Amino acid sequence: MKLYCLSGHPTLPCNVLKFKSTTIMLDCGLDMTSTLNFLPLPLVQSPRLSNLPGWSLKDGNAFLDKTELIDLSTVDVILISNYHCMMALPYITEYTGFSGTVYATEPTVQIGRLLMEELVNFIERVPKAQSASLWKNKDIQRLLPSPLKDAVEVSTWRRCYTMQEVNSALSKIQLVGYSQKIELFGAVQVTPLSSGYALGSSNWIIQSHYEKVSYVSGSSLLTTHPQPMDQASLKNSDVLILTGLTQIPTANPDGMVGEFCSNLALTVRNGGNVLVPCYPSGVIYDLLECLYQYIDSAGLSNIPFYFISPVANSSLEFSQIFAEWLCHNKQTKVYLPEPPFPHAELIQTNKLKHYPSLHGDFSSDFRQPCVVFTGHPSLRFGDVVHFMELWGKSSLNTVIFTEPDFSYLEALAPYQPLAMKCIYCPIDTRLNFIQVSKLLKEVQPLHVVCPEQYTQPPPAQSHRMDLMIDCQPPAMSYRRAEVLALPFKRRYEKIEIMPELADTLVPMEIKPGISLATVSAVLHTKDNKHVLQPPPRPAQPTGGKKRKRATEDIPDCKVLKPLLSGSIPVEQFVQTLEKHGFSDIKVEDTAKGHIVLLQEAETLIQIEEDSTHIICDNDEMLRVRLRDLVLKFLQKF
Amino acid sequence: MTEGLPVPSPAGLAGISSLTMDPECSQLLPALCAVLADPRQPMADDTCLEKLLDWFKTITEAGSSLLLLQENPCLVELLCHMLKPQDLSSRVLSFSLRLTGVLAAQEDCFQYLQEDSSLFVASAAGQLLVHILGLSMQGPAGGPPSLEAGDWPACAQKIVGHIEESLRATATPQITQALNVLTTTFGHCHDPWTQVLWVQLSPLVASLLEKDPVPAAHSLVDLLLSVARSPGLSSSSCGLWETLAQTLSRLSPTQAGPLALGILKLQDCPQALRAQAFAVLLQPLACVLKATAQDPGPSGVPPGTVGASVAAGTPLSSKAACVGLLCRSLAHLELLLPLPQRPCPWPQAPLLGAAVTLLQLCGGSARPACDTGRHLGTLLLGCVRVQRAALDFLGALSDGTGPRELVTQVFAVLLEYLRSPDSSPTVLKKAFQATFRWLLSSPKTPGCWDLDPHALLFLRDLLPVLQKRLCSPCWEVRDSSLEFLTQMTRHWGGQAGFRHALLASEVPKLTEQLLRDPESYVRASAVTAMGQLSSQGLCVPPAGPEHPGGPQKSLLVELLHILSTDSEGFPRRAVMQVFTQWLRDSHADVAGDAEQFVAGVLQVASQDLDWEVRAQGLELALVFLEQTLGQPRSHCPYAVTPPVEAPVGPLAQALQPLCRVRLFDFAFRALFDCDRPVAQKSCDLLLFLRAKTASPSGLQESRSSPDVASVEAALQSWQAGDQAQPLGDLEPEVVLAVLRSLDLEGLRGALAESSDHVERSPQSLLQDMLATVGVLGENEADCY
Repeated sequence: MKLYCLSGHPTLPCNVLKFKSTTIMLDCGLDMTSTLNFLPLPLVQSPRLSNLPGWSLKDGNAFLDKTELIDLSTVDVILISNYHCMMALPYITEYTGFSGTVYATEPTVQIGRLLMEELVNFIERVPKAQSASLWKNKDIQRLLPSPLKDAVEVSTWRRCYTMQEVNSALSKIQLVGYSQKIELFGAVQVTPLSSGYALGSSNWIIQSHYEKVSYVSGSSLLTTHPQPMDQASLKNSDVLILTGLTQIPTANPDGMVGEFCSNLALTVRNGGNVLVPCYPSGVIYDLLECLYQYIDSAGLSNIPFYFISPVANSSLEFSQIFAEWLCHNKQTKVYLPEPPFPHAELIQTNKLKHYPSLHGDFSSDFRQPCVVFTGHPSLRFGDVVHFMELWGKSSLNTVIFTEPDFSYLEALAPYQPLAMKCIYCPIDTRLNFIQVSKLLKEVQPLHVVCPEQYTQPPPAQSHRMDLMIDCQPPAMSYRRAEVLALPFKRRYEKIEIMPELADTLVPMEIKPGISLATVSAVLHTKDNKHVLQPPPRPAQPTGGKKRKRATEDIPDCKVLKPLLSGSIPVEQFVQTLEKHGFSDIKVEDTAKGHIVLLQEAETLIQIEEDSTHIICDNDEMLRVRLRDLVLKFLQKF
Repeated sequence: MTEGLPVPSPAGLAGISSLTMDPECSQLLPALCAVLADPRQPMADDTCLEKLLDWFKTITEAGSSLLLLQENPCLVELLCHMLKPQDLSSRVLSFSLRLTGVLAAQEDCFQYLQEDSSLFVASAAGQLLVHILGLSMQGPAGGPPSLEAGDWPACAQKIVGHIEESLRATATPQITQALNVLTTTFGHCHDPWTQVLWVQLSPLVASLLEKDPVPAAHSLVDLLLSVARSPGLSSSSCGLWETLAQTLSRLSPTQAGPLALGILKLQDCPQALRAQAFAVLLQPLACVLKATAQDPGPSGVPPGTVGASVAAGTPLSSKAACVGLLCRSLAHLELLLPLPQRPCPWPQAPLLGAAVTLLQLCGGSARPACDTGRHLGTLLLGCVRVQRAALDFLGALSDGTGPRELVTQVFAVLLEYLRSPDSSPTVLKKAFQATFRWLLSSPKTPGCWDLDPHALLFLRDLLPVLQKRLCSPCWEVRDSSLEFLTQMTRHWGGQAGFRHALLASEVPKLTEQLLRDPESYVRASAVTAMGQLSSQGLCVPPAGPEHPGGPQKSLLVELLHILSTDSEGFPRRAVMQVFTQWLRDSHADVAGDAEQFVAGVLQVASQDLDWEVRAQGLELALVFLEQTLGQPRSHCPYAVTPPVEAPVGPLAQALQPLCRVRLFDFAFRALFDCDRPVAQKSCDLLLFLRAKTASPSGLQESRSSPDVASVEAALQSWQAGDQAQPLGDLEPEVVLAVLRSLDLEGLRGALAESSDHVERSPQSLLQDMLATVGVLGENEADCY
């Protein structure tokens, strides 16, 4: 069993597991941090950005973090754990010769589609007249200014995919439900479990009859909107692959939500605007819910909230229809019937308005001071670019970063100097290290495998020994482009016996509780299922003159020697030897058993737990005599 | 059935009147006993138990206890139930013990109760033994007993023998009991024979220290401290100091803490022992300092402490033990801090360093160099208990000074806590308190009461934090922030540096917005804060383009609006307090037309359903009355009071303003208020006024005889409970005549006596107790 690690980003994992003749890709996250090396794509012409000296703002900005570690066309299935971890899917399904199946839950697919649609829309609506790629040449790259010259593997950076590719990729997905058991070629069974992190987010169990691998990715134990995490089903794993822990282990989400609300209120009360760069799904639902409870108490009822995204409407509506994927509280609301999320009421009362883009209706409704939720969190494309340009000059305004995926300082770099206040409130509800250690104690996997980042404290907080995985035996770590041999051997395979064959068996009890029987049969293997069938009867001579074709030959059934079992009691054996006329017998104890020396006959009988050897010089008669004496002590069947 | 009816209470009994157990009560009693015996059903109110006990006393005094027990077997069952070891609430246990005492006061009943396994022996025997010992040692003729133990009365010898035997026992409960008996003995009795007793028993007590673990350590500590405090013993002569020193070194750090604190509180005690005791208290903090020191040099704690820290390494290894030990150690040191006999020299700097380090460890900002330190950090990270204890201690340390560098660290760690989104509301509140204390103690420039330059720099960092906290979604945080602001403004509101920083921030504006907070506690705190800001002229009426629609209404109007419309009592009470203070300080908004102000406020306050608002209204009325009559009530000879000219002219004229603001209407109505404190306060006010008007040096009284009949008729109907009857315009003459005719002293006496309005029957008491069972949770005070 091997694990091929294609991504070094612990929260955007991409691993390939080879297990029992299947090749399973676990997630395909898209690391977009390389976009930070590019200038923002403004929605309206920005004199400031276009007049910056030097490098122009032309190139694709998606980044596929893969290597030639493994031929991706050999991947049989891809298991997706949540919508953030499928953003690279088109690159795999459309570019590598992939011909397998992708498994994901329905909300994952639908919201994943929204995220991809938004990304494509953001990129395509500001088409570029030209693109440059020569700079990716290593010789040129090293001449570039920092940080471009230090960027690694720029050759793997790709243009953003198209909507057509997205649709094609998504068509290869087969929808699954929590706890559904999916057979892969009869060899293994995979099962998605609720992971509590996002709508439809899953952990996966990959198991055969005798082995169980758990894949934990992006899980949360906090009470937010999704169904709670299923921990019990992770028990008794041989290997637990642990990825997608919180990116900000020092920030407690509750405290951060408090900070978010406080800073938002502080800004708006002073007449400023608040900009929240965000993804169109996920934490935004929880933020809207918090604000729903908070705005009246904070006297913000008159402040408009705008949500601007090409998929804003779909996102808000989708969230309301996935009732079965929500936490219990929200599920019960559906039966009242009430919308599970309170943002429905915010929309009804006109406190929250959503627009596909800042062009059109928005410009006529726009009223300040206000709060704007919009993407992209990298601040490199999307409507957020415009608001940064618009509001950046006034110290009354505030930008509040809630998504933890990008360094906010790097995201802000092209907008400097900036008068606007910047608040960093990363809200990451994924497991923290305390929760992980409780989880591991609870489910007790034999081995834990995780990205190397989790096995030591973060570099900036090297004294925080609590910010790492602490388990016994120590976790095995992987880094990008590594192949890991997982630390357990497959020992058993399940084989079925046909009933008629089983009928013919006559077991013999050799120890209390243990019976043995010999069986002669044909092992039939198909779709990784093994069946013992009765051997075909010896062919009756048909009298036909046709020569049989070699392929129809029946396998030879050789006459079987009986099997032996039991042990040889040395003292009694020596007595028997003496009875049969052997004298001058000497017994030596060895590490594994005994050696009986027949000094006169210059012969040596070596008795060990699982073998007995008779060593004598060219005296076959003697050997056979001794063999028969040995056999007297053993059972035959 | 007459005896079953409630009869008037005999004087002196606390409200419970029936002298016998009537059938209705007998029926209720079993259910009540079952409730009392069930630890899962907490009694909401232990005054009920007191009343119940009073009632049983009345019954047993009037009749046979034995009969009571025989007719109500549930009582015996209850008492027997108490003998079983279980998780009983201490108030129920104490109730049962006292009830047993009440019942057993009659001999036949005592015998009856002794047939069960004896409660007296189990629980009360200790007390009893002490008394018997004391009595027997007083001797029959009152002469001093022999100081030779061998000559003691047989009874005393027997008791001492029993104690000796118990001290030699292997079972800890037996040892505990013996130690408790001795503790009580040495606590109560200081005759010379106690020294003989101690000399005789101390070897046995000392031998307990040789066992591992030391049995009954808590009781042992109590005994040793009791002996050490006893004036009857000359400690030096009986080896007590040696025993104490030995005990300190034998007990675990957790057990030794209370003993060390007790030793340090003793008046005269050898210096070496004090040093040893102090080292015990300092030990956990020394450990923390050592584990986190970058340079493992001398940490500055007194010698001996660092060496001892090795021993404390063990309890600091597990989280529960570590947190418990640190919290106790901090609490003990905090108790010691203000005492005159605290150790000298006091290691102020290391203690400051330890408190700061602990807070940094809990907050995750400490960077310990060694593994022990890192391990400690993992244990303490986010631990609210330690954070609270350390902040309290840090606040207490502000009374002393510290090196500049450490004080900078103190302010830095406080700011870290005030800023951190992870600080819990209670931790934040304590951080605010500690910050305020440190700001108070920051060095003053001679001749100037303003904050020193460092504190002003700190203030510049603090105000943005305060702004953010005022917008917190958590109401407790908004509330503590407002309280902190009020405190700051009260102290530095007049100082230029503070004023400048505050006015440059958004704090006043945000505070004003919190007057409309949805949480009533926050509104109340905002009212207080705004009142304070306004008194200091720190309320800037927001003007400008952001607030179109005319001038901002004044704070006075806003507060009056809260007073008349707010649905909760707290904000209204706060408004009344602010108004009273404003009137007292002659606040500009009020001084312009004080009469109109007072009239308006009294009119609203008189309608208020909250008695505290009405009572505060009377306080305001009193201030106005004093100002009008020219006698400031301040009794402080140094108080700076504005010179008020004593009004001259006829008394009636002086009372005119009071009549115009309808003060008497308000006061007379309050006199018959259904809430006693209001009535009492009104009574005091009118008595004060009458004294003023009757004093020879006082005001001239006119000789006319006005018609007071209609007023008295109104007062009578008010007293009868009908407050609807109006009281027309009062003339000063009428007021004076009514004042003279009212029996204010009598009324005051009556108000002081009748302390409860509850229906006074035992049946009602039993029903009430049963009805309130289990609602304890709802009644818990809503505070944080």
